[in-house]
Amino acid sequence: MITTPISLTVNGEKVSAMVEPRTHLGDFLRDALRFTAVHLGCEHGVCGACTVLIDGEPARACITLAVAVDGADVRTLEGLQGDRMMEVLKQAFHDKHGLQCGFCTPGMLIAARDLLQRQPDVDAPAVRLAMAGNLCRCTGYQGIVRSIIAARDELAACRSATD
Amino acid sequence: MKPAPFAYIRAADLATVDAAMQPGETLTKIIAGGQSLVPMLNLRLAPADRLVDIRGLVALRQVEERPGSILYGALLTHATFEDRLVPDASNGLMPHVAARIAFRSVRNRGTIGGALALADPAADWLTTVVALEALLHVHGPDGDRVVPAEDFVIGPYFTDLGEADVLTAIEVPRRKATERWGTCKVAVKAGEYAESLSIALLDREGRTARVVVGATDGAPLVLARTAQALLDGAAEADLRRIAGAELEAADRAFSPAKLTMHTTTAIRAARDAAA
Repeated sequence: MITTPISLTVNGEKVSAMVEPRTHLGDFLRDALRFTAVHLGCEHGVCGACTVLIDGEPARACITLAVAVDGADVRTLEGLQGDRMMEVLKQAFHDKHGLQCGFCTPGMLIAARDLLQRQPDVDAPAVRLAMAGNLCRCTGYQGIVRSIIAARDELAACRSATD
Repeated sequence: MKPAPFAYIRAADLATVDAAMQPGETLTKIIAGGQSLVPMLNLRLAPADRLVDIRGLVALRQVEERPGSILYGALLTHATFEDRLVPDASNGLMPHVAARIAFRSVRNRGTIGGALALADPAADWLTTVVALEALLHVHGPDGDRVVPAEDFVIGPYFTDLGEADVLTAIEVPRRKATERWGTCKVAVKAGEYAESLSIALLDREGRTARVVVGATDGAPLVLARTAQALLDGAAEADLRRIAGAELEAADRAFSPAKLTMHTTTAIRAARDAAA
């Protein structure tokens, strides 16, 4: 088995490891580093459950090779604890039935946070479109859309309070 | 689910890529963003003994503004175009198209060059570069060359690229400010590959028009007679008849349903451009 050295930052900690080139980032984060909020669903880039941040931008861990993120800054849901926007989103998902089994939730939360960062005034149809890459088999999506809209409003209220 | 084992070379310059891509027994593939290749490796649909990762080639991320065109490095991501982080030669068509490719998490890593080199017939960029009359810059073992987008695609997943060639940049001529564009994409779900994708360009002042239909099981089809009729201000019923006839004559054996769908997207794109 040929392995390749990689060095990267995961959730703020420097990590150096030897990985097989075929190992995808999702397996590396789960199996080697035990960041189990990275949920592996389809493993071919369709379901979005494994969405993580690479250099601050959402990407699918299952179709990113671990060797390809050498030098990158990777963040999983575990690494977003205390992030204000993420705390607001988590509470909104709790309040508005944004999850049932929870399998899709880490990916949903990371994609939703990126959406609200890029489009703070996003409306419900645009939420549906933007979240179409994250599949949920429990909620029927209604609760997820409501959660993100609720988080949007909460964050807007926070912004206007600090203005 | 894992790909079969392969070796991995992280290239920092084209010389490394050239050396790695020399013909031999090893099946070597170039990987850029990997957003199409890695799923195919995971599903074991694409065989590869060795991958050459070109993401480290900084020169392929550059943008060069020329008097009559803009040269886009092949490694620029879809999101870079979507967010208008690069100058636009297309009056907004490229950002519009980019924002509708797959999903944001894919657009952050997928590259314009990778999408073109793979040449999935339904890929958005393929139709777009043909519509925009772009020139594709190719680096190969026998030197560099420039291929017009219309001649680049030979068939589904089959391009003018030789086995050792690298697509380095996409040169888009600066479209006239008087030109208007329209698009129509039909997909079964948001973010999916197109079932049909049409782009129309119309410049009434400059007296030019182009209508291109993609996701047509091969190279995008350039409908020259439809474009002429659009320029001449043909009524929609006539436009539909001409586009239908032109698509039917295109040797792709479309089913009646597909023919109707492609004709409809062509007409809607044309209507959009003429509005």
